[in-house]
Formats: sequence, C-alpha cells, structure tokens
Amino acid sequence: MSTRKLSLAGGLLASVMMIGAAAAQEASTHYGFGSPVTQEELAKYFSIQPDGRTLPPGSGKVADGAKIYAENCAACHGEKLEGNPAKGIGGDKLIGGRGSLATKTPVKTVESYWPYSTTLFDYVKRAMPFSAPGSLSDNDVYAVVAYILSEAKIIKPTDVMDAKTLPKVAMPNKDGFIADSRPELELYR
Amino acid sequence: MADEESVHYDEKAKRMADAMIAAEKRHLAERAAEEDCDCKEGMFPRGNLASRRGFLFAAGSLASTLGAVSIAQAQDKKAPPGAVHFDVPADPTKEQGRAVAADGGYGSRSQFETEVRWRFPTANEYTSWSMTPLDKSIGNLTPSGLHFERHHGGIPTIDPSKHSMVVHGMVNTAKRFTMADLKRFPSVTRKHFIECSGNGLTEWNKPTLKTVQGTHGLLSTSEWTGVQFSTIAREVGLKDGSAWVVAEGADAAVMTRSVPMEKMLRDALIVYGQNGEALRPEQGYPLRLVLPGYEGNTHIKWLRRLEVSDKPFMTREETSKYTDLLASGKARQFSLEMDAKSVITFPSGEMKLPGPGFYEVTGLAWSGRGRIQSVDVSVDGGKTWQPAHLNSTPEPISTVRFSYPWMWDGKPAVLQSRCTDENGYIQPTLKQLIAIRGSNGPFGSIYHLNAIQSWAVSAAGEVSNVHA
Repeated sequence: MSTRKLSLAGGLLASVMMIGAAAAQEASTHYGFGSPVTQEELAKYFSIQPDGRTLPPGSGKVADGAKIYAENCAACHGEKLEGNPAKGIGGDKLIGGRGSLATKTPVKTVESYWPYSTTLFDYVKRAMPFSAPGSLSDNDVYAVVAYILSEAKIIKPTDVMDAKTLPKVAMPNKDGFIADSRPELELYR
Repeated sequence: MADEESVHYDEKAKRMADAMIAAEKRHLAERAAEEDCDCKEGMFPRGNLASRRGFLFAAGSLASTLGAVSIAQAQDKKAPPGAVHFDVPADPTKEQGRAVAADGGYGSRSQFETEVRWRFPTANEYTSWSMTPLDKSIGNLTPSGLHFERHHGGIPTIDPSKHSMVVHGMVNTAKRFTMADLKRFPSVTRKHFIECSGNGLTEWNKPTLKTVQGTHGLLSTSEWTGVQFSTIAREVGLKDGSAWVVAEGADAAVMTRSVPMEKMLRDALIVYGQNGEALRPEQGYPLRLVLPGYEGNTHIKWLRRLEVSDKPFMTREETSKYTDLLASGKARQFSLEMDAKSVITFPSGEMKLPGPGFYEVTGLAWSGRGRIQSVDVSVDGGKTWQPAHLNSTPEPISTVRFSYPWMWDGKPAVLQSRCTDENGYIQPTLKQLIAIRGSNGPFGSIYHLNAIQSWAVSAAGEVSNVHA
C-alpha cells in the first residue's frame, strides 16, 4: 500500500509540475465520506463467532428454556421439536437425525448437522421467533438454546449456558465439513 | 435416466416437490386459460417462417397474437401484473392514441405481455422464492420486475433517507455511510448474473418440473451500479489479519453471510442501481451486495452492515443451509462459486413445435468464473455436438445468449446445450456430478446442479424435460 501511495505521489508531483491542476487526483484514493461510528452505536449489532468472543453477558437454564420454547417456538417447531410443515408455518425440525447424514435419507437438524452451538445462539437472537424477530432477551436466548441442546442430548439438563460454556459445547457434527473442492478434479479425466 | 430405485424422497422433500409440481401445474393452467386460441397446434404453417418476434411469442404459447386480442376483449378487462388495460381500437391509424405522459410519467409493459414469476410453494410465504420465466426471455438481461427472488423474512420497506451501511471490525476507523455518502463515491456499472445455488434442486433424481422456469428460473441478469468494496475499504482502513467480512441485511431475517476478503477486494460491489434505476425492493432497495459469480444467497440485500474479521462467522446459512452434503456424510462448506452452466430456453418444456422445418434453438450460458468461451448444441442427446453462435460478445460473469439453426426432420430428438468457460471448464453431465457427489436424497447435495439439461422433442413436436 505504501509503495502504491509513493508511486501515486510521484505521478502527482509530475502532473503538478506539468499542469499544476492535479490536486483533485490526490483525493482519488480517499474521499472522506461517511461519518465515524461510536461504540454505543455499534452495540446494537452483533455477529457471534464460534470462539464466542462476542457473546453477550447473561445466562440461561434448560428449565427456563423449556417455558420460553413452549411460548415462543413450539407453534412452528413442534412440542417435541419435531418441526411443523403446516401451510403458513413450515418450521424446521430441530432434533434427531444423528447418524443419518451418510444415508439415502439424511435428516439435517441442529442435533445432527449444525457444527457450532454459537450459530444457534446467533440465529435465535437474530431472526427468531419468526413472528417477532429479535424480541427475546439475551438470557432468554441462552435459555432456549440450552433447552434445544439438552433435548438433543448434546448437553445435560442441568447445564447452564453462558458466554463461557456455550462455545465449549461439542456439537456432534463439528468435524462434518470440508473445503469446497470445485472445480472437481474428476471432471478433468 | 434415473430409475425409481435411486429416488429417495424423505417426507419433507416429497411434500416440497409435490407442492412445487402443483404450483407449476397451476401456473400452466392459468396460461392455458389465457389462450382461447388453439395456439398449441398449427401456429406455424409449414413453410411460413414467421418473424422472429411472432415466432418466439407463439412458441412460448403464452401471449400469441391471437391470444392477445382475446385478452383485450375479455370482459373483466383485467391487465396482467405490471400492465394497464386499454381497449384495442379497430384501427389504430384512424384515431388518436393515448395522451403523452398520461401514465403519470412511469411506463408499464404492454397488456399483452403476461409472463410472471411464480412462487415456490413453501409452507411459509415469507420465506420462499420465485422463478424467472426464462422460457420467454429475450436477449441477455432480465427485466427488473422478473428478476428471481429469494427471501427469508419477507420484503422490507426501507426509507433510503434513514438507511445506512456501517463498516466496522478490524478496521482503523469504523464508519457509517448514508445512501447520499455512498452515491458520492466513484461508481462502476457491470452486468452480472445472480443464480441461487438451489437452482434445479428438484432435478437431481428425476426430471421433476416441466418448464425451464421451474428447472432454471433461479437465474437472472441485471446491469448493476454501485461502489467497489475496495473503495470503501480504503476509507475505513483494513487492519493486518483482516481475512473475512460478514455482510448483514436489514430484513426480518437479518441475513448474514461471511465472504472471504480476497473476494471482497477482487470485485465485490455495494450496489444501489439496477438496470438504469434504483434497485427494486425485492432486490434489496436501497442497497445490496453483489458478489459476481458467487451463489445468490451471499449477495446480501438491504445491506446495512459489513464487519471485518480474521475468521468466518459460521452463520446459519453458511453452516446448516448452503452446504453440500456428499454421499460420505461430509459436507462441502463455502462452496461459493457458481460453475459454468447453460440451458436451452427455446424450445423448452411444455412448448409444442407445429411441424418439421426450421427452428432457431436459443438459450443462455453463464459462468461464475469468467466469460463464456463457447457453447455447443446437440440434437441427438449428446451423441454429436455442433458449435452454437454467441449472439453478443460474452462479458465476465454474465449471461450470453446463444443460438443454433436447426432443421427439424420431424423425428424424435433430444436437445442439449453444453458450455465451456474461458478457463476451459466444460459443463458436466448429471451422471458425472452424481458420480462425484453421490445422490443421498434431495436434502443431501441439493445445491450447485450445473449439469447439461435435456429437452425431448416428440414426433408430434411436444417438448418435455427428460434425463438423457
């Protein structure tokens, strides 16, 4: 970058000497548009990564999650997290399907397929419940995530989910993903 | 052709496939109702080479000249979506037409043009998708109102004066850019296709949908105008170690996808313009990301935030949804580029050729990795291939229309197109793809189907979707 700046500056100098009207050229890599954003403004945004470094404070228990799930989630995802295909709903099945991924009828759920527990937290906080996205408190999100992971038998019913424990949850399919290998070598034989 | 043994629909897949078949059937029935002519038969008297315009319209069996008159005379005088009904004068040369600018200053399409997107009948109509009517497509671009859609939380209504894009994370200065800010930056204008990686997901195991709108309609091309991400990157200053950017939308899904920094700096565009005007609301008004050649889901609409990071964010879409489960049980992740692909749009499924004679076979070819170099056409199911004509100079990561003059002898035929991109990648057969990726059910590797498409033409001229 500094090399590039230097050469631009060199070119600029030459043009200033030649025609003396190249001041506008200098602005062509930085324009100064846009305004600074404060940390307070940024606080409304979030993206939770697998290492959990941006997880918010708070915590949730499985038992509390069961109540929150019944009130906010069960209508679309089923009383037993089995999903609901009904017209106007179409909520995904959340648990089950372990061991099915290499079969002719793979069942992809949080339990069988999702590689990171943090993704579940991020998605529930971001876009759920469908009828009132983003309406759950962080404690509620921790609790409902704990409930889903417990029903999936990934954590114990007594486990508490918070910024420290959630990223440590070992998802059954955490090693189930590989890099894209396209264009596929097999097409060059 | 796949035998029934290899078709494994689980309950959810079967429901979706059945619903999609039903939706296409309803759409076809609506078309049929619009045509009280017998335009399925004898529209092209033998030996009469109709004008290309009339030819294509009639071939699409949607709004033939005869059908158009009948629509205009329909009692309910209902115009198709995007059009306004006007009575048709007996002779337009004997009376004045409509007053200038009587449309309020924004035009609409002809009332005789009826093609529409139709929605994939997911249970929930806010998280669903609609398909572009490629069978009626003309040229390289898609009209903005027919650009395919994929939404996960409906279409938000956003006031551009209140919309902004925040760029933060591993940058020297986090910044907020209003729409006015963004429009002050130097802009670029480029034609690029966007294709959903789920395009053709019903077609892995057996020919399922009947029309090219159903099999390939999650593909559209627009001219996009906006600011290069590289310009914005210099404004905020990228820190050492910056390797990924998560883009976030302002819809109810607050859609997020992680994009490699290498891609962002290569050709990512922060777009506010589409086909000479502002983005359509369904396409992300007032601001979207365009990542040329990447799967559609990554082109975040209603863009409100870019966060720079050293690692990907592993969002729901890039882990549990847009990943490709292989027969081994392992899934490919970040399978972002769209491989080269082509399809014949005329003749295509549900059309009928009136008889032997000359036809101009035409279709579209595109590659997520560059320009299309060449397209071949086969009329014998891939046994022999002939070079097609490219109708315009191919542009990078954009659709190009091809054509092939065909003298049909009236015998059953299977039409295919096969493209090669500028890297020498040749569009594969479905058999090749399944041999590599397996076929473990429609919810296995459902994405990235870029195989050669086959359309069978019967001796009666009927065109249908087949696996050949």
